[in-house]
Amino acid sequence: MIQEPFAIGASPLHQTDPRLKIILATAYSFLVAVLQGFPALLTALVLSIALVAVARLDSRALFRRLGLANGLILFLWVLLPFTFPGKPLASIGPFALSLEGVRFCAQITLKSNAIILALIALVATSPIATLGYALHRLHVPAKMVLLLLLTYRYLFVLEQEYERLARAMRMRGFRPQTSLHTYRTYAYLVGMLFVRASARAERVHQAMLCRGFTGRFRTLKTFTLARRDWIWPFAAGCAMSGLIMLEWTTGWH
Amino acid sequence: MALIRLDDISFAYPGRATVLDRADLTLREGERIGLMGPNGAGKTTLFHLIMGLLKPDSGRIEIFGREVREEKDFESVRRQIGFLFQDADDQLFHPTVLEDVAFGPLNLGKSREEAQLIAMKTLEKLGLERFEERITHRLSGGEKRLVALATVLAMEPKVLLLDEPTAGLDERTKERLTQLLKGFDLTYIIISHELDFLMETTTAVYAMADGRIQWDEEVKLHRHIHGHRHGAYPHAHE
Repeated sequence: MIQEPFAIGASPLHQTDPRLKIILATAYSFLVAVLQGFPALLTALVLSIALVAVARLDSRALFRRLGLANGLILFLWVLLPFTFPGKPLASIGPFALSLEGVRFCAQITLKSNAIILALIALVATSPIATLGYALHRLHVPAKMVLLLLLTYRYLFVLEQEYERLARAMRMRGFRPQTSLHTYRTYAYLVGMLFVRASARAERVHQAMLCRGFTGRFRTLKTFTLARRDWIWPFAAGCAMSGLIMLEWTTGWH
Repeated sequence: MALIRLDDISFAYPGRATVLDRADLTLREGERIGLMGPNGAGKTTLFHLIMGLLKPDSGRIEIFGREVREEKDFESVRRQIGFLFQDADDQLFHPTVLEDVAFGPLNLGKSREEAQLIAMKTLEKLGLERFEERITHRLSGGEKRLVALATVLAMEPKVLLLDEPTAGLDERTKERLTQLLKGFDLTYIIISHELDFLMETTTAVYAMADGRIQWDEEVKLHRHIHGHRHGAYPHAHE
């Protein structure tokens, strides 16, 4: 159900302390999200691509992921240029294309791709479990970390339960059609999954209680910053101040 | 000394018929009890009552010589009694095996280093070396069961409660579990439908019926059905 195509690797980014990667990815995403000028945005995109290159990721999985995100952005291109108020650029039939709309769309496209690429290079290069422990060490509330880790763990169990039910339905000759019977069957299937998930949650909680759980989340995992890790905050500092400078000198404010 | 003593325990799930009806049970140090009984006879319920996951409607539960009533009392019970659940997926909730086995010891207040050491040792004891970094949800059914047992044993319990530990295991894993249990110096109760397994691993087998726990000592002569090719023809066995 959850595939982590980028989590395993031997690149420098895979070996960097995940806490550091989370912090840098967050700071970088916020910065790129507020950039306006095209020189700065294009530079950010180039920086993100460079990060992905450093992470040496499987390009096919990478493009599949980018395709998914850009599919959504495509919708914006269909709608926004025609609805955004501003100077008309061209007109197709009764619809006028506004310069501001096109510019806005281009900004969104550049921003989202730059952020997605950076997140893939920085965050997706750690397994989800490791990210959970890293968030815990970064003092993210234990409840949220547990929620993340338990969701990750039990999604697979739920998927198996879904597969079992769906298989049993097929074995008894169920074929989805456009009929009330089909809708009702699917509703029962979903309902059953909810019932099972909640019973499962109850049992997991009981098992946790039996092993002395009292609400505090404790883990073995510790992270240490290696000396070579220090290059990242330094590089990120330079890159981000560069972006700010660029925005300052070339952006319209 | 009686480690666990249940006196006159009655229990019914809300809106359903009585499961336990004035049941008694005493588990003494060193005893190994097998518990059989039909589905719905209240075997698992009994374990849940001992662990404080359910509260009895009436009766008295004494564990390690002290009466337990409140959630607070059971918190200390849970530190000393290990409960192996029927479904190992309920028990293994961490992404990796080592983290999961260390969870109990960490809850007992051990330091990270101690907990890790205990976890490694426990895995080694069960023949699960090199399982530390394995992803729990990708283990096979048998491996999950053994790792779940490791998570319980890592707390160094005085008593073990095992709920159908052989369910769904193949013969080899079952044999491995049997040998492990026989090798432990532990007091335990095992719920199982497999008499052969109980005869190997326990010293007494009780039956649950009509909400009671009964001790059936009478030896009964019985026949076994056995099958083989050409079995339809008259023949003799030595």
